[in-house]
Amino acid sequence: MTDQMRFIDRRAALALGTSTLSAAGVLAVLGVATPRSAFAAGAPTQDVQLLNAAIALEHEGIAAYQIAAESGLLTPDVLKIGITFQGHHKQHRDDLASAVRRLGGQPVAAKALSAYATDLGAGSLKDQTGVLKLALKLERGAANAYLGLIPSLDQTDFHVLAARMAGDEAFHAATLGNALGEAIPQKALIFG
Amino acid sequence: MTPLRFAIPAVAAVLMVCPPAAAASLPGDPQRGASLYETRCGACHSLDANRIGPSHRGVVGRRAGVVPGFAYTQALKASGLVWTPSNLDRWLTAPTSLAKGTAMGFRMPAAQDRADVIAYLASPAVAGAKRPAAGR
Ligand code: HEC
Repeated sequence: MTDQMRFIDRRAALALGTSTLSAAGVLAVLGVATPRSAFAAGAPTQDVQLLNAAIALEHEGIAAYQIAAESGLLTPDVLKIGITFQGHHKQHRDDLASAVRRLGGQPVAAKALSAYATDLGAGSLKDQTGVLKLALKLERGAANAYLGLIPSLDQTDFHVLAARMAGDEAFHAATLGNALGEAIPQKALIFG
Repeated sequence: MTPLRFAIPAVAAVLMVCPPAAAASLPGDPQRGASLYETRCGACHSLDANRIGPSHRGVVGRRAGVVPGFAYTQALKASGLVWTPSNLDRWLTAPTSLAKGTAMGFRMPAAQDRADVIAYLASPAVAGAKRPAAGR
């Protein structure tokens, strides 16, 4: 079996060998950047700016769940879900931060928790339903934000990363919508 | 080998999709725009708070990069843009093409969606109710 696989590999390599040049040529003509070009520029690259905006979005999400957890408005089971989702946003933040560092950039820092509370109007939250509605609004918006960001990102790796994050946010939004008793959308292509 | 050779121009053709023509002249529905604003822009923007992006109250007709207290990129501050409906339409089509190096990458590919959101931003409810009376 290994022999057969080696044979196939060799054939694939041969086929690639004859076509690599023209494929690269086509990409160059189209102005598609290779990953290396991101390192060439001195100023923060376009991708660094966009990924940092995504980090800012994750910081806000983490803060929103923190504010919710400390509000005393959540039942223990809902609190548990909120903490889990907050953990996802922390993982997003960390993945995005290491991407920014890989590009030679500096990940943006979080604001104070009180600033997020003011910006999100957390003072007006009175009950668990209000908290869930705010979380749903932010998660739904985040799923859409990541999807809308994809075509502006340069590197293919980041297209995939943003799409995977959109998937997580959509999962959160679906869970929160269900907790609020929202109807399942009848039309497909729910996000983006 | 031959199929691969043929595949390359095909891929190139797909990649060379033309940018949609500016459609600022489409009539917009501010009510639909309000709900689009919440679901598409709401993760990053509010009318009266600087969040991931700057606050939007009174944005139509304003110069780019001037909301106090928001840390804009140099790219947007130095862009010289004024947020006319047609510049907003170009911005929402591809912000990084209009101001290379900006921190906003979010795109809205459907011309009608853009027209509706712009109509909402230009509507009296948004267009500057909270602007300080004396300032401009
Ligand atoms: C992922 C987050 C994100 C999303 C989603 C987003 N924006 Fe932005 N927006 C930003 C950031 C960040 C800036 C600041 C850009 C800079 O400084 O380069 C910005 C700036 C702007 C500006 C310039 C404002 C000024 O004061 O000059 C406008 C107008 C704008 N956004 C409109 C919108 C609209 C309308 C939507 C929804 C259709 C939207 N944005 C969605 C992050 C976002």
